[in-house]
Amino acid sequence: MGKILAVTIILIAILSAVPIVMHTWNPPADVSTHGHLIDEQMSETMAEAGIAFLAGQILLAFFIWKFSNVKPGARIKNFPGGAMGLVLAAFLLVGTEVLALGVFGVKAWSQVYFTPPAADAMPVQVQAGQFAFYFRYPGADGKFGPLHPELVNEGTQNLFGLDPDHDPASKDDIVTAEMAIPVNKEVHLLMHSKDVGHSFYVPALRVQQDFVPGLDVSLHFTATKVGKYEIVCTQLCGLGHYNMKAYLEVMSQQDFDSWLKQQAANQ
Amino acid sequence: MKTVYKPAAILAVLVVVALGLLSTGRHVSAASEGKVTGSIKLEGTAPHMRAIDMSKDPTCSKQHSTPVHLENVVVGSGGSLANVVVYISQGLPASAAAAVPSKPIEWDQKGCMYQPHVAGMDVGQQLKVINSDPTTHNIHPMPQPGGGNIGWNKSQPQGSPPFTTSWKAEEVAIPVKCNIHPWMHGYMVVVKGPYGVSDESGSFSLDNVPPGSYTLTAWHETYGTQTQKVTVTAGKPATVNFTFKAK
Amino acid sequence: MHDTSAHAVHQHAAPTSFIRKYVFSLDHKVIGKQYYGLALLAVLTGMVLSWLMRLHLGWTDLKIPGLHLLSASGAPGDVMTPEYYLQLMTMHGTIMVFFVLTTAPFAAFGNYFLPIQVGAEDMPFPRFNMMSFWVTFTAFLVLISSFFFGDGPTLAGWTQYAPLSAVGAVAGPGQGTGEVLWASSIAIFCVGQLLGSLNFITTTLDMRTKGMSLWRLPLTAWGWFITSVMGLTAFAVLMPACILLILDHVAGTSFFVASNLVLNDQLQPHSGGSTLLWQHLFWFFGHPEVYIAIVPGMGVVSHILVANMRRPMLSHRVIVYSMGALAVLSYMVYGHHMFVSGMNPFSSLVFSFPTLVITIPSTILVLIWIGSLYGSKLRINTASLFALGFISMFISGGVSGFFLAQPSIDIMLHATYFVVGHFHLVMAVAAIFGIFAGTYFWYPKVTGRMMNETLGKIHFWLTFVGAYCIFMPFHYLGIAGNVRRYQAFVDDYLVRLIPLHRFITVAALCTGAVQLIFLYNLFYSRFRGEEAPLNPWQATSLEWSTPSSPPPFDNFGGRHVVVYHDPYQYGIEGSTDDYVMQDSPAQIQSVRDEK
Repeated sequence: MGKILAVTIILIAILSAVPIVMHTWNPPADVSTHGHLIDEQMSETMAEAGIAFLAGQILLAFFIWKFSNVKPGARIKNFPGGAMGLVLAAFLLVGTEVLALGVFGVKAWSQVYFTPPAADAMPVQVQAGQFAFYFRYPGADGKFGPLHPELVNEGTQNLFGLDPDHDPASKDDIVTAEMAIPVNKEVHLLMHSKDVGHSFYVPALRVQQDFVPGLDVSLHFTATKVGKYEIVCTQLCGLGHYNMKAYLEVMSQQDFDSWLKQQAANQ
Repeated sequence: MKTVYKPAAILAVLVVVALGLLSTGRHVSAASEGKVTGSIKLEGTAPHMRAIDMSKDPTCSKQHSTPVHLENVVVGSGGSLANVVVYISQGLPASAAAAVPSKPIEWDQKGCMYQPHVAGMDVGQQLKVINSDPTTHNIHPMPQPGGGNIGWNKSQPQGSPPFTTSWKAEEVAIPVKCNIHPWMHGYMVVVKGPYGVSDESGSFSLDNVPPGSYTLTAWHETYGTQTQKVTVTAGKPATVNFTFKAK
Repeated sequence: MHDTSAHAVHQHAAPTSFIRKYVFSLDHKVIGKQYYGLALLAVLTGMVLSWLMRLHLGWTDLKIPGLHLLSASGAPGDVMTPEYYLQLMTMHGTIMVFFVLTTAPFAAFGNYFLPIQVGAEDMPFPRFNMMSFWVTFTAFLVLISSFFFGDGPTLAGWTQYAPLSAVGAVAGPGQGTGEVLWASSIAIFCVGQLLGSLNFITTTLDMRTKGMSLWRLPLTAWGWFITSVMGLTAFAVLMPACILLILDHVAGTSFFVASNLVLNDQLQPHSGGSTLLWQHLFWFFGHPEVYIAIVPGMGVVSHILVANMRRPMLSHRVIVYSMGALAVLSYMVYGHHMFVSGMNPFSSLVFSFPTLVITIPSTILVLIWIGSLYGSKLRINTASLFALGFISMFISGGVSGFFLAQPSIDIMLHATYFVVGHFHLVMAVAAIFGIFAGTYFWYPKVTGRMMNETLGKIHFWLTFVGAYCIFMPFHYLGIAGNVRRYQAFVDDYLVRLIPLHRFITVAALCTGAVQLIFLYNLFYSRFRGEEAPLNPWQATSLEWSTPSSPPPFDNFGGRHVVVYHDPYQYGIEGSTDDYVMQDSPAQIQSVRDEK
């Protein structure tokens, strides 16, 4: 029965690896300027973790095969190199491997979080609330009007709590339910939550960032391909969590300008 | 066996008869009732109603070929104002106030909008909540805390059967929303006794009003309340008109 | 060593009344069995909840006959609502993590065997021990009661992130009464675990019999000891956090709620609290909790493997040091749950490195286990099969840690099914394999009868393959970006993953059904099982030196055991048996750790 277990473990290990090697279930293709760093880090980790996984399972299976139900008279032997050898192996192989991953991974992380947005990045504000995202563009004056939480009213669609009668900067602000951005232009996303914790996850853009109620968080990215993508919420926010999403339309500058004009007219 | 069934059968018949008597006793006979009719107008320009962007849920936006607008102020031709609830706020005899219409109020979710946007209903009147959409809605009425009504928040998945409920106390008005589709917003106006809700032409009617003098109140979600005195006589409809001023 | 103190402790005589013998018992063995029973009740509840969830995830519009009887509003017309799904999910997570993974390997097995393995007659504080169980049981009742109050249990997930968990009923169904019941239950649970940990630590340090030095403790005892130290610090953080959460509900405080929040168009009357505070407090408990669930399993699996390999581990001490290293590191890595939480991105890097480092002690453990298999005389029985299965699961679940330890990759994988697959394999399935292994191994000692091996092996094979069929695909889902805690998949890029979800559902239902074989075996063998010899596995540690199975009330029948040897003297050359018991005075050339 030990031999059957060995074969089963090896079969499970190989079958588990098949969809990974075949790329059967992949995330949406990357359309950002920084995403390739994350993807490269991902595939490097996949290679190393995959080797560790297969090596571990195969070694386990091999020893089970070899040493289960041996002859009663057989003598106990010790693994060549003994415990110290294995400890050293763990430190050298796995230790250096994961530390290397960690060190190289810093590059991908810092590309997203340690670089400031470009001076000409386009500011867009996103507000998360149960259970929808809403977006705000500053309009011609380039300024966002102040927020008045006590004025928020979804019934009248004052989603951000703006007071255009008293705040001149709010007058030309454009509030939308869909996010549109020009292609190849850096976007500086200003994030805040209206109520509870949410998250801004665009798999195609390789971006994920939580909204922290009471804290303003920002993110910047550049989309490189025209198309329609999905923004979804990954932080459990209540009963409608599964349906909290918005579309992200990446457009040519020209299309974007006319879209924004259209949205301004709808206010 | 028979001896067991016989008293049971007699009891059942008695119960049916008693219930029948009780239910007829609750109806005020039609001949002695009065009626209040009238229409509601809005003076001035109605505010601009934003178009609703339903792109978040394609099952919603697919149902509308033209944009849907907010319904906070719905004005018909000639300034007629819809969605105004008119009810008797003073002077109603206890028996008339206690009468509850047997027909349930339907609260439908269709095209990711509430139909109706404003519903009047009697305390204890059956409220039937329907989901006609191919998506899940949650119905979340939010009465004032401590006012006798207890709020609830229930989802109704697509295809699940309607459910009925009712309100325990008068309340003008209980806001209702769907959190999954944040633009869905409406009001339930819970009153005692006869009420009417104005339609697109601004007209409303209160049926089964016993003769007497009353104070009528008209409520609108944006423009608040107005009151007028009215005297109702049997067989002849009394007419009352309200005019709200646009801000 | 502690000959006299053992006398002092066991002042209570064996009870005779039913209540004192089986209900409010001070006997650590009865309390251990009570914990096991509670864990069994909890795991069945949690499993049924997971079936309902899986059915719903595979077929969202499916009518589950009779579901409306469980909750009329949660399943109108037998179709599960989104909030009911989340409520079941929260209860599944809470029940499994707290009342199964914490109680079974640690409190159940530890209570029964730790005092025996150190040669003591009982724990030093038997009344605390009894309290610890009944407090835990109360916590379970409080948690389950939330199904029956108001609009049901909380839906905020077992992690209970604020402010969703803290603002009250306005945040959704179950967030009022249900939430307060959840926080109360967990606070009460913490009290039980603190009392338990106190007993475990003192038992290990002060109740060891003559000759039982720390290095002569079996690896199980080390596992429970290290776990109890973690439990003492981790639950001591979670309990106040839960109390603060309750205060936010009932006393109008704002520990976890920030200013200016608007829910349902109402400005919330809270100000000045911190959202991230809850996450820090929770994960300071939450990450050690992962090791609280798995370290006892490591001890149990090592213990069982050694007896079935007929040789000691390559290095006893390295295993102890590695488990200790896991415990220490577990407090330094909790931030990896919060890489994209809005915490300072520099902190993410700082937390990332200890997280990567923690793979080293884990790898050492795996290599020592596998390396010890080399040149052994491995016996295959149900207990050793589950122990070997544990190693396989631990490897599979462990390698996905490489991904989640890196903040840059976490951008893609955070809050996806990849995480769900990772922790189910490494913490849930592995720990449960440890529980199964322990059950098959110790059953003869606890009941005096053997479990049926044929049924046991059928149970192992179907569970082993089934668990992989359920949890491996979770990783594929996660890589494709499938967000967790969704009750339906309405996003365009997720629709193509639904067939994979259906496969998982079928696998989960089948694997769940297989557990009935185990249940049957557990109860059938109690009455009809083959009578067990005193030491059926020819093992060396003190639990096999008791004069009867089950052991008498004072464990050793009035004998004061004296320990002469290291715990695992297997593979002794030149004697008729290949092993020497710990309390055997025989002079042998002992099998020692190589230096």
